Amino acid sequence: MAAPRASLRLVAPVWHRGTSGIRGLSKAVDPEGSQRKGRTLLQFLTDRFYDVEAVREYLLRKQVLKVQKKNRSFTYIEERYGPYVAGAYFVLKQGGAVKFRDREWMRANEQGLSSLEFRKLQEVPVEAVDASGCAINYQGLDNLLALKELQSLSLRRCPHVDDWCLGRLYHLADSLQELSLAGCPRISERGLACLHHLQNLRRLDISDLPAVSNPGLTQILMEEMLPHCEVLGADWAQGLKMGPEEQSPDAPSAPPHQAGSRPGCAERPTAHPSGSVGLTQLRGSGWAEGRRA
Amino acid sequence: MLRRALRLRLGPCLSGRGLGTYRGGSTLDWDGKVSKIKKKIQSIFPGRAWSPLYDTSHLPPERSDVVIVGGGVLGLSVAYWLKRLEKQQGAIQVLVVERDHTYARASTVLSVGGIRQQFSLPENVQLSLFSAEFLRNINEYLAVVDDPPLDLQFNPSGYLLLASEEGAAIMERNVKIQRQEGAKVCLMSPEQLQKKFPWINTEGVALASYGLENEGWFDPWCLLQGLRRKLQSMGVLFCQGEVTRFISSSSHMETASGEQVTLKRIHEVHVKMDHSQEFQPVECAIVVNAAGAWSGQIAELAGVGTGPPGTMQGTKLPVEPRKRYVYLWHCPQGPGLEAPLVADPSGAYFRREGLGNNYLGSCSPTEEEEPDPGNLEVDYDFFQEKVWPRLAQRVPAFETLKVRSAWAGYYDYNTFDQNGVVGPHPLVINMYFATGFSGHGLQQAPAVGRAVAEMMLEGHFQTINLSPFLFGRFYFGEKAQEHCIL
Repeated sequence: MAAPRASLRLVAPVWHRGTSGIRGLSKAVDPEGSQRKGRTLLQFLTDRFYDVEAVREYLLRKQVLKVQKKNRSFTYIEERYGPYVAGAYFVLKQGGAVKFRDREWMRANEQGLSSLEFRKLQEVPVEAVDASGCAINYQGLDNLLALKELQSLSLRRCPHVDDWCLGRLYHLADSLQELSLAGCPRISERGLACLHHLQNLRRLDISDLPAVSNPGLTQILMEEMLPHCEVLGADWAQGLKMGPEEQSPDAPSAPPHQAGSRPGCAERPTAHPSGSVGLTQLRGSGWAEGRRA
Repeated sequence: MLRRALRLRLGPCLSGRGLGTYRGGSTLDWDGKVSKIKKKIQSIFPGRAWSPLYDTSHLPPERSDVVIVGGGVLGLSVAYWLKRLEKQQGAIQVLVVERDHTYARASTVLSVGGIRQQFSLPENVQLSLFSAEFLRNINEYLAVVDDPPLDLQFNPSGYLLLASEEGAAIMERNVKIQRQEGAKVCLMSPEQLQKKFPWINTEGVALASYGLENEGWFDPWCLLQGLRRKLQSMGVLFCQGEVTRFISSSSHMETASGEQVTLKRIHEVHVKMDHSQEFQPVECAIVVNAAGAWSGQIAELAGVGTGPPGTMQGTKLPVEPRKRYVYLWHCPQGPGLEAPLVADPSGAYFRREGLGNNYLGSCSPTEEEEPDPGNLEVDYDFFQEKVWPRLAQRVPAFETLKVRSAWAGYYDYNTFDQNGVVGPHPLVINMYFATGFSGHGLQQAPAVGRAVAEMMLEGHFQTINLSPFLFGRFYFGEKAQEHCIL
């Protein structure tokens, strides 16, 4: 039975017999995120019509290709001017800033990047790169890893830097002293675990990483892993100090316990060593739960 | 449609009864009747299971171009690449038959989930490298519109293989092969090892190879569900049932040198439903055997190995299930965040699990101590006698530990040379194998799926040449032995 050739062909919502379809399956993949009670018209149309789905897949693909295009390697520039200039050009093109040795910070201006300056900078190593907010991904990191004398790297709020990228940073282990990963949405504690190669690191900023499950515990483990490095990140003691003051808005369900538990709470931070204090803060949202547990 | 109505081989059918007659029913079940009528009317619409006589919505379709036996990561990977590499969208109908939708005994989900490039065969290194690239870009490969991106929970911590004096030369040779293929592996001396990982006891270690990139471990369940989701969106049909029979035809032919040879071709696959005698014969063009630990049984059903021993017809598929344990323990003073997956020369291995000083590990038993693969019960004495002493000797902090839990899973163990079998069978011409990977199937699944799909669509391997892994080697005796097996 051939389907009628119309421009909008009906798609049966049941893909196959036996299970509840794609929606049911995606719940298994991401149980928290699929509370789609109010599905938009676009999603409804995508379910029903092949053509709408194809257009949306094309747009998705185009976005991915855009990021890939931004991260291509500039082989011509590398052959002509050397790896330092190629890396600097890559960062400047993405919208970041570069500092060569004994020079000021450079950023791309409205006129673009003129090649005259680069001719003088062929042999000058790059010391610091500020790639905050740039769309650097695993492929694009090639350009940065060629900068062998890089001392400071800032990858704040980069949306495509993930755990795989951190696994490549060992190339810069000899020279890197300062690294900032604050605000990157895809970095988790699993990627941070492979920063142990960077033994020369003196400052590491891992604050505000939404994908890290236990910021306080991760900070403690990072400090143990990199003993010479100053790790700035989630202040694991912060939640404890604020605990009693934040009690009323946070735990409205337990007013009778508050009066009794508050005097006792103040003594807790001094009595216990650092590990368990961090865990108590992580375990409960308020002091009442922490003590009950 | 008429033919179907006239077919006499029917299961329990309601043709004798009209709607609304119930045995001994004195109450008129209006709601039940109305919903039945509604269901019947709905089934007439295009895309539904129209069957005038009884409900077949739980059965697989009557015909399908490719039937993949086994819904684990290898089977789904073959299905994915078939749909991705087909010349025209919707050209190939694929049906995946999986006996157990809960995957309770499947090797994929019970695996430790590691991926490494440190193998001794260049083909294995290439397979792992491509699979790492697939996992890295998994949200481009398996993207489905409107669905959340996958988080594989990948730990890029690497593998650390330790070698004693005898194994040091072999390790150096292997690392050279791995580097040639593009893997990033570094060799370390015992002093460097002690400096980098102070919690290791380097006594008896002559050399260590440490994977720096693209190695680590991830969550296999997430990969499996991501593949299922993408396949559903690409139009692959899934069926829960067990393959009980193949209907095939044989043709006797003569080779150029005058030998008689019998070529077989599978025409139908009988898929039996759970807890019932009902089965559906599925007409198919190609069958893929990706049944993992039970591939040997499926191959026997197809007639592989039925013949006088010593001939190609009598060569069985040497894949059998082997039980392996994995133990989870807690050690408060154990190695920190930087710990890779450490593999001792004696065969014991462990890795960190999570942030709470928990570790996973085990050891492969020797041939004599192989446990009985009849069930998945865990033997804790094995940990006490074989695993713990070796681990405690290698990492002194593990002398105080507490086992929290354990599980067992199957390896689809290739008794011939512990490497996978891919490609068609020389005599059963439309059965393709994708099995026998003996513990490293999960990490090579994306690449193997692509290779098998290329073999099916083009007739030869295009990207990675897996000719050493074809079935013929069992008859000709050419072992493609893999030495680095964990």
